Amino acid sequence: MRRAFAIARAEMLILRRNRWLFMATLIMLAFALALSFAGSAPTGTLGVDMLTVSVASMTTLSVYLAPLLALMMGFDAVAGDRDRGSLALLLAYPAGRAEILLGKLMAHLAALAVAMCIGFGAAGAVAAWFGGAGAESLMALGRLVLTSILLGAVFLVLGYALSALSSGATAAAGLSAGVWLVFVVLYDLGLLGAVVMDSGGVFTQKIFPWVMVANPADAFRLWNVAASESVALSSGMAGAASALPGWAAPLSLLLWPALGFLLACAAFRRVEP
Amino acid sequence: MDNTPLQIRALDKFRGKTQVLHGIDLDIAPGERLALLGHNGAGKSTLIKAVLGLIRHEGGSIRICGAAPGSAAARAATAFLPEAVSFHPALTGHEQLALFARLAGERADINGLLERVGLGEAMHRRIGAYSKGMRQRLGLAQVLLGRPKLALLDEPTSGLDPISRQDLYAIINELAEQGAAVLIASHALTEVEARTDRIAILRKGVKVADNTLAGLSAQAGLPVKLRVQASGTHADRIATETGGRRINGASVEILCRPQDKMTELRKIAAMGDAVADIDMVPPRLEDLYRHYSGEDRK
Repeated sequence: MRRAFAIARAEMLILRRNRWLFMATLIMLAFALALSFAGSAPTGTLGVDMLTVSVASMTTLSVYLAPLLALMMGFDAVAGDRDRGSLALLLAYPAGRAEILLGKLMAHLAALAVAMCIGFGAAGAVAAWFGGAGAESLMALGRLVLTSILLGAVFLVLGYALSALSSGATAAAGLSAGVWLVFVVLYDLGLLGAVVMDSGGVFTQKIFPWVMVANPADAFRLWNVAASESVALSSGMAGAASALPGWAAPLSLLLWPALGFLLACAAFRRVEP
Repeated sequence: MDNTPLQIRALDKFRGKTQVLHGIDLDIAPGERLALLGHNGAGKSTLIKAVLGLIRHEGGSIRICGAAPGSAAARAATAFLPEAVSFHPALTGHEQLALFARLAGERADINGLLERVGLGEAMHRRIGAYSKGMRQRLGLAQVLLGRPKLALLDEPTSGLDPISRQDLYAIINELAEQGAAVLIASHALTEVEARTDRIAILRKGVKVADNTLAGLSAQAGLPVKLRVQASGTHADRIATETGGRRINGASVEILCRPQDKMTELRKIAAMGDAVADIDMVPPRLEDLYRHYSGEDRK
Protein backbone atom coordinates (compact mmCIF):
# COMPACT_ATOMS: atom_id res chain seq x y z
CA MET A 1 0.00 0.00 0.00
CA ARG A 2 2.89 2.33 0.80
CA ARG A 3 4.20 1.69 -2.71
CA ALA A 4 0.81 2.44 -4.23
CA PHE A 5 0.85 5.79 -2.42
CA ALA A 6 4.35 6.49 -3.76
CA ILE A 7 3.08 5.91 -7.31
CA ALA A 8 -0.01 8.02 -6.63
CA ARG A 9 2.13 10.87 -5.38
CA ALA A 10 4.30 10.90 -8.50
CA GLU A 11 1.26 10.59 -10.79
CA MET A 12 -0.40 13.50 -9.02
CA LEU A 13 2.71 15.61 -9.61
CA ILE A 14 2.61 14.66 -13.29
CA LEU A 15 -1.08 15.59 -13.60
CA ARG A 16 -0.35 18.97 -12.05
CA ARG A 17 2.81 19.55 -14.12
CA ASN A 18 1.28 18.81 -17.49
CA ARG A 19 -1.74 20.98 -16.62
CA TRP A 20 -4.10 18.05 -16.84
CA LEU A 21 -5.72 18.88 -13.54
CA PHE A 22 -6.16 22.50 -14.54
CA MET A 23 -7.60 21.70 -17.97
CA ALA A 24 -10.02 19.04 -16.67
CA THR A 25 -11.28 21.40 -13.99
CA LEU A 26 -11.67 24.20 -16.50
CA ILE A 27 -13.63 21.99 -18.90
CA MET A 28 -15.96 20.78 -16.14
CA LEU A 29 -16.46 24.30 -14.85
CA ALA A 30 -17.19 25.79 -18.26
CA PHE A 31 -19.67 23.13 -19.32
CA ALA A 32 -21.42 22.95 -15.96
CA LEU A 33 -21.86 26.74 -15.76
CA ALA A 34 -23.04 26.97 -19.37
CA LEU A 35 -25.62 24.22 -18.85
CA SER A 36 -26.81 25.70 -15.59
CA PHE A 37 -27.60 29.01 -17.22
CA ALA A 38 -28.99 27.51 -20.41
CA GLY A 39 -31.21 25.10 -18.50
CA SER A 40 -32.68 27.62 -16.13
CA ALA A 41 -35.82 28.26 -18.24
CA PRO A 42 -38.22 25.42 -17.29
CA THR A 43 -38.22 25.98 -13.53
CA GLY A 44 -41.58 27.69 -13.45
CA THR A 45 -43.49 25.13 -15.45
CA LEU A 46 -42.21 22.11 -13.49
CA GLY A 47 -42.45 23.71 -10.10
CA VAL A 48 -38.96 22.73 -8.93
CA ASP A 49 -36.09 24.93 -7.85
CA MET A 50 -33.36 25.94 -10.24
CA LEU A 51 -30.68 23.72 -8.67
CA THR A 52 -32.81 20.63 -9.44
CA VAL A 53 -33.02 21.58 -13.10
CA SER A 54 -29.35 22.36 -13.12
CA VAL A 55 -28.52 18.93 -11.63
CA ALA A 56 -30.71 17.23 -14.24
CA SER A 57 -28.89 18.89 -17.12
CA MET A 58 -25.50 18.35 -15.50
CA THR A 59 -26.35 14.62 -15.17
CA THR A 60 -26.69 14.46 -18.94
CA LEU A 61 -23.44 16.37 -19.31
CA SER A 62 -21.57 14.07 -16.96
CA VAL A 63 -22.64 10.95 -18.87
CA TYR A 64 -20.58 12.22 -21.77
CA LEU A 65 -17.82 14.12 -20.05
CA ALA A 66 -16.83 11.89 -17.10
CA PRO A 67 -16.06 8.82 -19.28
CA LEU A 68 -14.24 11.02 -21.77
CA LEU A 69 -11.98 12.67 -19.18
CA ALA A 70 -11.36 9.32 -17.49
CA LEU A 71 -10.41 7.55 -20.70
CA MET A 72 -8.13 10.41 -21.68
CA MET A 73 -6.18 9.90 -18.46
CA GLY A 74 -6.41 6.11 -18.46
CA PHE A 75 -5.29 5.17 -21.96
CA ASP A 76 -1.71 6.33 -21.34
CA ALA A 77 -1.26 4.58 -17.99
CA VAL A 78 0.57 1.46 -19.20
CA ALA A 79 1.11 2.09 -22.92
CA GLY A 80 2.74 5.49 -22.31
CA ASP A 81 5.35 4.04 -19.96
CA ARG A 82 5.98 1.16 -22.32
CA ASP A 83 6.37 3.44 -25.36
CA ARG A 84 8.78 5.66 -23.45
CA GLY A 85 10.73 2.64 -22.30
CA SER A 86 10.36 3.41 -18.61
CA LEU A 87 8.06 0.48 -17.83
CA ALA A 88 10.76 -2.20 -17.55
CA LEU A 89 12.62 -0.23 -14.90
CA LEU A 90 9.45 0.49 -12.94
CA LEU A 91 8.54 -3.20 -12.98
CA ALA A 92 12.02 -4.16 -11.79
CA TYR A 93 11.22 -2.41 -8.50
CA PRO A 94 9.49 -4.35 -5.76
CA ALA A 95 6.01 -3.00 -6.46
CA GLY A 96 3.35 -5.42 -7.66
CA ARG A 97 1.54 -4.63 -10.87
CA ALA A 98 -1.77 -4.30 -9.03
CA GLU A 99 -0.08 -1.83 -6.66
CA ILE A 100 1.13 0.25 -9.60
CA LEU A 101 -2.34 0.39 -11.14
CA LEU A 102 -3.90 1.14 -7.76
CA GLY A 103 -1.49 4.05 -7.29
CA LYS A 104 -2.33 5.46 -10.70
CA LEU A 105 -6.05 4.98 -10.01
CA MET A 106 -5.84 6.88 -6.73
CA ALA A 107 -4.12 9.84 -8.38
CA HIS A 108 -6.39 9.90 -11.42
CA LEU A 109 -9.51 9.55 -9.28
CA ALA A 110 -8.36 12.38 -7.06
CA ALA A 111 -7.85 14.57 -10.12
CA LEU A 112 -11.31 13.69 -11.44
CA ALA A 113 -12.81 14.36 -8.02
CA VAL A 114 -11.23 17.81 -7.89
CA ALA A 115 -12.52 18.64 -11.38
CA MET A 116 -16.03 17.34 -10.58
CA CYS A 117 -16.30 19.03 -7.19
CA ILE A 118 -15.17 22.39 -8.50
CA GLY A 119 -17.14 22.20 -11.76
CA PHE A 120 -20.45 20.90 -10.42
CA GLY A 121 -20.02 22.67 -7.11
CA ALA A 122 -19.59 26.06 -8.72
CA ALA A 123 -22.48 25.50 -11.13
CA GLY A 124 -24.65 24.30 -8.25
CA ALA A 125 -23.75 27.31 -6.16
CA VAL A 126 -24.65 29.65 -9.01
CA ALA A 127 -27.96 27.88 -9.57
CA ALA A 128 -28.78 27.92 -5.88
CA TRP A 129 -27.89 31.60 -5.60
CA PHE A 130 -30.13 32.66 -8.47
CA GLY A 131 -32.95 30.14 -8.31
CA GLY A 132 -33.00 28.76 -4.80
CA ALA A 133 -32.20 25.31 -3.48
CA GLY A 134 -33.72 22.88 -1.03
CA ALA A 135 -32.39 19.98 1.03
CA GLU A 136 -33.45 17.58 -1.68
CA SER A 137 -31.76 19.42 -4.51
CA LEU A 138 -28.55 19.72 -2.47
CA MET A 139 -28.66 15.98 -1.91
CA ALA A 140 -29.12 15.52 -5.65
CA LEU A 141 -26.06 17.67 -6.30
CA GLY A 142 -23.97 15.65 -3.85
CA ARG A 143 -25.19 12.45 -5.45
CA LEU A 144 -24.31 13.77 -8.88
CA VAL A 145 -20.73 14.53 -7.82
CA LEU A 146 -20.24 11.14 -6.15
CA THR A 147 -21.75 9.11 -8.96
CA SER A 148 -19.78 11.10 -11.54
CA ILE A 149 -16.58 10.10 -9.74
CA LEU A 150 -17.73 6.46 -9.72
CA LEU A 151 -18.53 6.67 -13.43
CA GLY A 152 -15.08 8.14 -13.97
CA ALA A 153 -13.56 5.23 -12.02
CA VAL A 154 -15.27 2.75 -14.35
CA PHE A 155 -13.74 4.32 -17.42
CA LEU A 156 -10.37 4.87 -15.78
CA VAL A 157 -9.96 1.14 -15.13
CA LEU A 158 -11.33 0.31 -18.58
CA GLY A 159 -8.73 2.73 -19.97
CA TYR A 160 -5.98 0.91 -18.03
CA ALA A 161 -7.14 -2.43 -19.41
CA LEU A 162 -7.10 -1.08 -22.98
CA SER A 163 -3.74 0.52 -22.32
CA ALA A 164 -2.28 -2.81 -21.21
CA LEU A 165 -3.88 -4.79 -24.03
CA SER A 166 -2.95 -2.51 -26.92
CA SER A 167 0.36 -2.42 -28.71
CA GLY A 168 1.08 1.26 -28.03
CA ALA A 169 -0.29 4.55 -26.76
CA THR A 170 -1.74 5.52 -30.14
CA ALA A 171 -3.62 2.25 -30.45
CA ALA A 172 -4.82 2.62 -26.86
CA ALA A 173 -6.14 6.10 -27.63
CA GLY A 174 -8.04 4.78 -30.63
CA LEU A 175 -9.50 1.90 -28.66
CA SER A 176 -10.52 4.29 -25.88
CA ALA A 177 -12.40 6.47 -28.34
CA GLY A 178 -14.18 3.33 -29.57
CA VAL A 179 -15.11 2.26 -26.04
CA TRP A 180 -16.45 5.73 -25.29
CA LEU A 181 -18.56 5.68 -28.43
CA VAL A 182 -19.97 2.23 -27.68
CA PHE A 183 -20.84 2.80 -24.03
CA VAL A 184 -22.07 6.36 -24.24
CA VAL A 185 -23.68 6.59 -27.67
CA LEU A 186 -24.12 3.34 -29.61
CA TYR A 187 -25.37 1.23 -26.70
CA ASP A 188 -28.34 3.53 -26.13
CA LEU A 189 -29.03 3.81 -29.84
CA GLY A 190 -29.09 0.03 -30.11
CA LEU A 191 -31.45 -0.26 -27.17
CA LEU A 192 -33.68 2.39 -28.60
CA GLY A 193 -33.83 0.50 -31.88
CA ALA A 194 -34.67 -2.73 -30.06
CA VAL A 195 -37.46 -1.05 -28.10
CA VAL A 196 -38.97 0.43 -31.26
CA MET A 197 -38.83 -2.97 -33.02
CA ASP A 198 -40.34 -4.70 -30.01
CA SER A 199 -43.15 -2.11 -29.72
CA GLY A 200 -44.01 -2.63 -26.07
CA GLY A 201 -43.52 -6.42 -25.89
CA VAL A 202 -41.77 -8.63 -23.33
CA PHE A 203 -38.37 -7.19 -24.15
CA THR A 204 -39.40 -3.63 -23.43
CA GLN A 205 -41.10 -4.48 -20.14
CA LYS A 206 -38.90 -7.16 -18.60
CA ILE A 207 -35.48 -7.26 -20.23
CA PHE A 208 -34.80 -3.75 -21.45
CA PRO A 209 -34.37 -2.08 -18.03
CA TRP A 210 -31.81 -4.71 -16.99
CA VAL A 211 -29.86 -4.49 -20.22
CA MET A 212 -29.88 -0.75 -19.79
CA VAL A 213 -28.64 -0.79 -16.21
CA ALA A 214 -25.82 -3.15 -17.17
CA ASN A 215 -24.18 -0.23 -18.97
CA PRO A 216 -22.39 1.93 -16.38
CA ALA A 217 -23.28 5.15 -18.20
CA ASP A 218 -26.97 4.30 -18.09
CA ALA A 219 -26.71 3.04 -14.52
CA PHE A 220 -25.27 6.43 -13.61
CA ARG A 221 -28.21 8.18 -15.26
CA LEU A 222 -30.75 5.86 -13.65
CA TRP A 223 -29.24 6.21 -10.19
CA ASN A 224 -29.44 9.97 -10.30
CA VAL A 225 -32.90 9.92 -11.78
CA ALA A 226 -34.43 7.25 -9.58
CA ALA A 227 -33.15 8.73 -6.36
CA SER A 228 -34.77 12.09 -6.90
CA GLU A 229 -38.31 12.39 -8.16
CA SER A 230 -37.95 15.97 -9.20
CA VAL A 231 -34.76 15.23 -11.18
CA ALA A 232 -36.64 12.39 -12.85
CA LEU A 233 -39.46 14.72 -13.63
CA SER A 234 -37.22 17.30 -15.22
CA SER A 235 -35.16 14.78 -17.18
CA GLY A 236 -38.06 12.65 -18.37
CA MET A 237 -36.53 9.33 -17.43
CA ALA A 238 -38.95 8.23 -14.76
CA GLY A 239 -40.31 5.32 -16.82
CA ALA A 240 -37.23 3.17 -17.05
CA ALA A 241 -36.18 3.97 -13.50
CA SER A 242 -39.45 2.80 -11.97
CA ALA A 243 -39.26 -0.62 -13.65
CA LEU A 244 -36.11 -1.56 -11.71
CA PRO A 245 -35.50 -2.20 -8.03
CA GLY A 246 -33.69 0.67 -6.33
CA TRP A 247 -30.45 -1.26 -5.81
CA ALA A 248 -29.92 -2.15 -9.47
CA ALA A 249 -28.25 1.06 -10.65
CA PRO A 250 -25.99 1.54 -7.58
CA LEU A 251 -24.96 -2.12 -7.76
CA SER A 252 -24.03 -1.79 -11.43
CA LEU A 253 -22.07 1.38 -10.87
CA LEU A 254 -20.20 -0.08 -7.88
CA LEU A 255 -19.53 -3.44 -9.51
CA TRP A 256 -18.09 -2.01 -12.72
CA PRO A 257 -15.02 -0.29 -11.18
CA ALA A 258 -14.17 -3.42 -9.17
CA LEU A 259 -14.51 -5.80 -12.11
CA GLY A 260 -12.80 -3.36 -14.44
CA PHE A 261 -9.86 -3.09 -12.03
CA LEU A 262 -9.49 -6.87 -11.92
CA LEU A 263 -9.63 -6.94 -15.73
CA ALA A 264 -6.99 -4.21 -15.96
CA CYS A 265 -4.71 -6.09 -13.51
CA ALA A 266 -5.10 -9.31 -15.48
CA ALA A 267 -4.25 -7.48 -18.71
CA PHE A 268 -1.28 -5.70 -17.09
CA ARG A 269 0.12 -9.01 -15.78
CA ARG A 270 0.37 -10.28 -19.35
CA VAL A 271 2.47 -7.30 -20.46
CA GLU A 272 6.10 -8.17 -21.22
CA PRO A 273 7.95 -4.85 -21.42
CA MET B 1 20.57 -19.46 2.68
CA ASP B 2 22.13 -19.40 -0.73
CA ASN B 3 24.06 -16.21 -1.28
CA THR B 4 25.21 -16.62 -4.87
CA PRO B 5 23.92 -13.36 -6.33
CA LEU B 6 23.10 -14.92 -9.68
CA GLN B 7 22.86 -18.53 -10.68
CA ILE B 8 21.46 -19.50 -14.08
CA ARG B 9 21.13 -23.12 -15.13
CA ALA B 10 20.20 -24.46 -18.59
CA LEU B 11 18.02 -21.46 -19.39
CA ASP B 12 15.83 -21.80 -22.48
CA LYS B 13 13.68 -19.02 -23.83
CA PHE B 14 11.42 -19.14 -26.87
CA ARG B 15 9.91 -16.23 -28.69
CA GLY B 16 7.06 -17.78 -30.62
CA LYS B 17 8.65 -20.83 -32.20
CA THR B 18 12.18 -19.51 -32.40
CA GLN B 19 14.46 -20.31 -29.51
CA VAL B 20 16.27 -17.14 -28.47
CA LEU B 21 18.27 -18.55 -25.53
CA HIS B 22 19.76 -22.04 -25.61
CA GLY B 23 20.68 -23.73 -22.34
CA ILE B 24 22.51 -20.78 -20.79
CA ASP B 25 24.54 -21.46 -17.62
CA LEU B 26 25.89 -18.40 -15.88
CA ASP B 27 27.04 -17.62 -12.34
CA ILE B 28 28.27 -14.38 -10.87
CA ALA B 29 29.98 -14.30 -7.49
CA PRO B 30 29.70 -11.44 -4.97
CA GLY B 31 32.01 -8.58 -5.95
CA GLU B 32 32.58 -9.95 -9.43
CA ARG B 33 32.24 -7.82 -12.56
CA LEU B 34 31.09 -9.80 -15.57
CA ALA B 35 30.97 -8.40 -19.09
CA LEU B 36 28.25 -9.93 -21.24
CA LEU B 37 29.10 -9.44 -24.90
CA GLY B 38 27.29 -10.25 -28.09
CA HIS B 39 25.88 -8.83 -31.30
CA ASN B 40 22.57 -7.04 -31.42
CA GLY B 41 19.94 -9.72 -31.06
CA ALA B 42 22.35 -12.23 -29.50
CA GLY B 43 20.06 -12.41 -26.47
CA LYS B 44 21.76 -10.10 -23.95
CA SER B 45 18.71 -7.99 -23.15
CA THR B 46 16.45 -11.05 -23.20
CA LEU B 47 18.70 -12.72 -20.65
CA ILE B 48 18.59 -9.64 -18.40
CA LYS B 49 14.81 -9.41 -18.65
CA ALA B 50 14.50 -13.07 -17.76
CA VAL B 51 16.68 -12.50 -14.69
CA LEU B 52 14.46 -9.57 -13.71
CA GLY B 53 11.39 -11.76 -14.06
CA LEU B 54 9.92 -9.42 -16.65
CA ILE B 55 9.58 -12.24 -19.16
CA ARG B 56 8.89 -15.92 -18.57
CA HIS B 57 11.40 -18.57 -19.56
CA GLU B 58 10.48 -22.00 -20.83
CA GLY B 59 13.27 -24.16 -19.45
CA GLY B 60 16.01 -24.18 -16.84
CA SER B 61 16.22 -22.13 -13.67
CA ILE B 62 17.30 -18.71 -12.46
CA ARG B 63 18.10 -17.96 -8.82
CA ILE B 64 18.91 -14.51 -7.44
CA CYS B 65 20.36 -14.96 -3.95
CA GLY B 66 18.34 -18.17 -3.87
CA ALA B 67 15.05 -16.46 -4.82
CA ALA B 68 13.00 -16.87 -7.98
CA PRO B 69 13.17 -14.03 -10.53
CA GLY B 70 10.38 -11.50 -10.08
CA SER B 71 9.80 -12.49 -6.44
CA ALA B 72 9.82 -9.72 -3.85
CA ALA B 73 13.15 -10.92 -2.41
CA ALA B 74 14.76 -11.06 -5.85
CA ARG B 75 13.53 -7.61 -6.83
CA ALA B 76 14.73 -6.13 -3.57
CA ALA B 77 18.22 -7.59 -4.16
CA THR B 78 18.49 -6.46 -7.78
CA ALA B 79 19.29 -3.12 -9.37
CA PHE B 80 18.70 -2.57 -13.06
CA LEU B 81 19.84 0.02 -15.57
CA PRO B 82 17.95 -0.47 -18.82
CA GLU B 83 19.38 0.24 -22.23
CA ALA B 84 18.68 3.90 -23.16
CA VAL B 85 16.97 4.50 -19.83
CA SER B 86 14.04 6.91 -19.85
CA PHE B 87 11.74 8.50 -17.31
CA HIS B 88 8.59 10.57 -17.28
CA PRO B 89 9.64 13.97 -18.67
CA ALA B 90 7.35 15.94 -16.34
CA LEU B 91 9.10 14.83 -13.13
CA THR B 92 12.34 16.31 -11.86
CA GLY B 93 15.36 14.08 -11.27
CA HIS B 94 14.90 14.47 -7.53
CA GLU B 95 11.23 13.49 -7.66
CA GLN B 96 11.93 10.49 -9.85
CA LEU B 97 14.66 9.20 -7.57
CA ALA B 98 12.48 9.81 -4.51
CA LEU B 99 9.77 7.69 -6.14
CA PHE B 100 12.22 4.85 -6.74
CA ALA B 101 13.49 5.08 -3.17
CA ARG B 102 9.95 4.83 -1.84
CA LEU B 103 9.21 1.87 -4.11
CA ALA B 104 12.36 0.14 -2.89
CA GLY B 105 11.50 0.99 0.70
CA GLU B 106 14.81 2.74 1.20
CA ARG B 107 15.50 5.82 3.25
CA ALA B 108 18.15 7.03 0.87
CA ASP B 109 20.11 10.26 0.76
CA ILE B 110 18.56 11.41 -2.53
CA ASN B 111 20.54 14.65 -2.72
CA GLY B 112 23.80 12.86 -1.94
CA LEU B 113 23.19 10.24 -4.62
CA LEU B 114 22.40 12.86 -7.24
CA GLU B 115 25.53 14.80 -6.30
CA ARG B 116 27.49 11.55 -6.54
CA VAL B 117 26.49 11.03 -10.20
CA GLY B 118 27.00 14.70 -11.06
CA LEU B 119 23.38 15.84 -11.18
CA GLY B 120 23.63 18.11 -8.15
CA GLU B 121 22.82 21.23 -10.13
CA ALA B 122 20.10 19.71 -12.27
CA MET B 123 18.22 17.74 -9.63
CA HIS B 124 15.25 20.12 -9.48
CA ARG B 125 14.94 20.51 -13.23
CA ARG B 126 12.51 18.44 -15.24
CA ILE B 127 13.85 15.26 -16.82
CA GLY B 128 12.35 16.43 -20.12
CA ALA B 129 15.13 19.04 -20.25
CA TYR B 130 17.92 16.51 -19.51
CA SER B 131 20.44 15.38 -22.12
CA LYS B 132 20.84 11.68 -22.87
CA GLY B 133 23.93 11.55 -20.70
CA MET B 134 22.11 13.16 -17.78
CA ARG B 135 19.29 10.65 -18.03
CA GLN B 136 21.89 7.90 -18.03
CA ARG B 137 23.41 9.39 -14.86
CA LEU B 138 20.00 9.49 -13.23
CA GLY B 139 19.59 5.85 -14.21
CA LEU B 140 22.89 5.12 -12.53
CA ALA B 141 21.83 6.98 -9.38
CA GLN B 142 18.84 4.66 -9.02
CA VAL B 143 21.17 1.65 -9.36
CA LEU B 144 23.01 2.90 -6.27
CA LEU B 145 19.83 3.01 -4.19
CA GLY B 146 19.87 0.54 -1.35
CA ARG B 147 23.06 -1.48 -1.85
CA PRO B 148 22.00 -4.09 -4.41
CA LYS B 149 23.42 -7.61 -4.31
CA LEU B 150 23.10 -7.93 -8.07
CA ALA B 151 23.37 -5.05 -10.55
CA LEU B 152 22.31 -5.59 -14.15
CA LEU B 153 23.55 -2.83 -16.44
CA ASP B 154 22.41 -2.93 -20.07
CA GLU B 155 24.71 -0.82 -22.27
CA PRO B 156 25.51 1.53 -19.38
CA THR B 157 27.95 3.74 -21.29
CA SER B 158 25.82 4.47 -24.35
CA GLY B 159 25.47 8.22 -24.75
CA LEU B 160 28.14 9.08 -22.20
CA ASP B 161 31.19 11.21 -22.93
CA PRO B 162 34.65 9.81 -22.04
CA ILE B 163 34.82 11.55 -18.64
CA SER B 164 31.36 10.29 -17.71
CA ARG B 165 32.43 6.80 -18.73
CA GLN B 166 35.31 6.94 -16.30
CA ASP B 167 32.95 8.11 -13.56
CA LEU B 168 30.62 5.28 -14.43
CA TYR B 169 33.32 2.65 -14.10
CA ALA B 170 34.45 4.21 -10.82
CA ILE B 171 30.90 3.75 -9.55
CA ILE B 172 30.76 0.20 -10.88
CA ASN B 173 33.99 -0.60 -9.02
CA GLU B 174 32.51 0.89 -5.88
CA LEU B 175 29.45 -1.34 -6.24
CA ALA B 176 31.66 -4.39 -6.69
CA GLU B 177 33.77 -3.43 -3.67
CA GLN B 178 30.60 -3.32 -1.60
CA GLY B 179 30.05 -6.93 -2.63
CA ALA B 180 27.56 -6.55 -5.45
CA ALA B 181 27.73 -8.86 -8.43
CA VAL B 182 27.77 -6.65 -11.50
CA LEU B 183 26.70 -7.74 -14.97
CA ILE B 184 27.52 -5.31 -17.77
CA ALA B 185 26.02 -6.01 -21.18
CA SER B 186 28.02 -4.04 -23.69
CA HIS B 187 29.28 -3.43 -27.19
CA ALA B 188 32.16 -1.26 -26.06
CA LEU B 189 34.81 -3.95 -26.08
CA THR B 190 37.84 -1.81 -25.35
CA GLU B 191 36.12 -0.39 -22.27
CA VAL B 192 35.11 -3.62 -20.61
CA GLU B 193 38.43 -5.26 -21.47
CA ALA B 194 40.32 -3.67 -18.61
CA ARG B 195 37.43 -3.10 -16.27
CA THR B 196 35.79 -6.46 -15.75
CA ASP B 197 36.89 -9.66 -14.09
CA ARG B 198 35.30 -12.11 -16.46
CA ILE B 199 33.84 -12.10 -19.94
CA ALA B 200 30.90 -14.10 -21.29
CA ILE B 201 30.02 -14.02 -24.97
CA LEU B 202 26.59 -14.82 -26.38
CA ARG B 203 26.13 -15.80 -29.99
CA LYS B 204 22.61 -16.34 -31.33
CA GLY B 205 21.36 -17.25 -27.87
CA VAL B 206 24.21 -19.65 -27.10
CA LYS B 207 26.95 -18.92 -24.58
CA VAL B 208 30.12 -19.51 -26.61
CA ALA B 209 32.67 -18.27 -24.10
CA ASP B 210 32.88 -17.58 -20.38
CA ASN B 211 36.31 -16.98 -18.89
CA THR B 212 38.81 -14.34 -17.85
CA LEU B 213 40.51 -12.40 -20.63
CA ALA B 214 43.71 -14.45 -20.20
CA GLY B 215 41.73 -17.67 -20.13
CA LEU B 216 39.90 -16.74 -23.31
CA SER B 217 43.18 -15.94 -25.06
CA ALA B 218 44.68 -19.29 -24.09
CA GLN B 219 41.52 -21.15 -25.16
CA ALA B 220 41.31 -19.39 -28.48
CA GLY B 221 45.00 -19.86 -29.25
CA LEU B 222 45.03 -16.69 -31.31
CA PRO B 223 48.42 -15.63 -32.66
CA VAL B 224 50.57 -13.08 -30.90
CA LYS B 225 51.69 -10.26 -33.15
CA LEU B 226 55.38 -9.26 -33.12
CA ARG B 227 56.23 -6.04 -34.86
CA VAL B 228 59.91 -5.71 -35.59
CA GLN B 229 61.44 -2.46 -36.67
CA ALA B 230 64.55 -2.98 -38.77
CA SER B 231 67.50 -0.65 -38.67
CA GLY B 232 68.76 0.57 -42.02
CA THR B 233 67.93 -1.73 -44.91
CA HIS B 234 67.66 -4.99 -43.05
CA ALA B 235 63.88 -5.26 -43.28
CA ASP B 236 63.97 -7.68 -46.20
CA ARG B 237 66.43 -9.96 -44.49
CA ILE B 238 64.39 -10.05 -41.29
CA ALA B 239 61.24 -10.83 -43.25
CA THR B 240 62.75 -13.78 -45.07
CA GLU B 241 64.50 -15.18 -42.00
CA THR B 242 61.47 -15.06 -39.72
CA GLY B 243 58.78 -15.76 -42.30
CA GLY B 244 57.12 -12.43 -41.42
CA ARG B 245 55.45 -9.90 -43.62
CA ARG B 246 56.80 -6.46 -44.57
CA ILE B 247 54.26 -3.83 -43.65
CA ASN B 248 56.22 -0.74 -44.60
CA GLY B 249 59.74 0.22 -45.49
CA ALA B 250 61.33 -0.62 -42.16
CA SER B 251 58.87 -2.90 -40.30
CA VAL B 252 58.05 -6.58 -40.33
CA GLU B 253 55.03 -8.18 -38.75
CA ILE B 254 55.27 -11.73 -37.48
CA LEU B 255 52.31 -13.81 -36.32
CA CYS B 256 53.11 -16.71 -34.03
CA ARG B 257 51.28 -19.05 -31.69
CA PRO B 258 51.52 -18.07 -28.01
CA GLN B 259 53.71 -21.10 -27.21
CA ASP B 260 56.17 -20.24 -30.01
CA LYS B 261 56.58 -16.68 -28.88
CA MET B 262 59.86 -17.15 -26.98
CA THR B 263 61.48 -19.08 -29.84
CA GLU B 264 60.67 -16.26 -32.23
CA LEU B 265 61.99 -13.66 -29.80
CA ARG B 266 65.29 -15.51 -29.41
CA LYS B 267 65.64 -15.74 -33.18
CA ILE B 268 65.06 -11.99 -33.51
CA ALA B 269 67.44 -11.19 -30.67
CA ALA B 270 70.13 -13.22 -32.41
CA MET B 271 69.99 -10.83 -35.37
CA GLY B 272 71.76 -8.21 -33.34
CA ASP B 273 72.01 -4.71 -34.79
CA ALA B 274 69.62 -5.40 -37.66
CA VAL B 275 66.72 -4.99 -35.22
CA ALA B 276 66.07 -1.46 -33.96
CA ASP B 277 62.95 -2.07 -31.91
CA ILE B 278 60.30 -4.66 -31.19
CA ASP B 279 56.66 -4.51 -30.10
CA MET B 280 54.60 -7.41 -28.92
CA VAL B 281 50.84 -7.25 -29.31
CA PRO B 282 48.86 -10.00 -27.56
CA PRO B 283 45.39 -10.72 -28.95
CA ARG B 284 42.95 -8.07 -27.79
CA LEU B 285 39.38 -8.56 -26.69
CA GLU B 286 38.27 -7.39 -30.10
CA ASP B 287 40.12 -10.26 -31.77
CA LEU B 288 38.82 -12.69 -29.19
CA TYR B 289 35.29 -11.39 -29.65
CA ARG B 290 35.56 -11.88 -33.41
CA HIS B 291 36.87 -15.36 -32.81
CA TYR B 292 34.16 -16.45 -30.37
CA SER B 293 31.25 -14.66 -31.95
CA GLY B 294 32.01 -16.50 -35.16
CA GLU B 295 33.04 -13.67 -37.44
CA ASP B 296 36.24 -15.33 -38.56
CA ARG B 297 34.84 -18.84 -38.84
CA LYS B 298 33.97 -19.38 -42.43
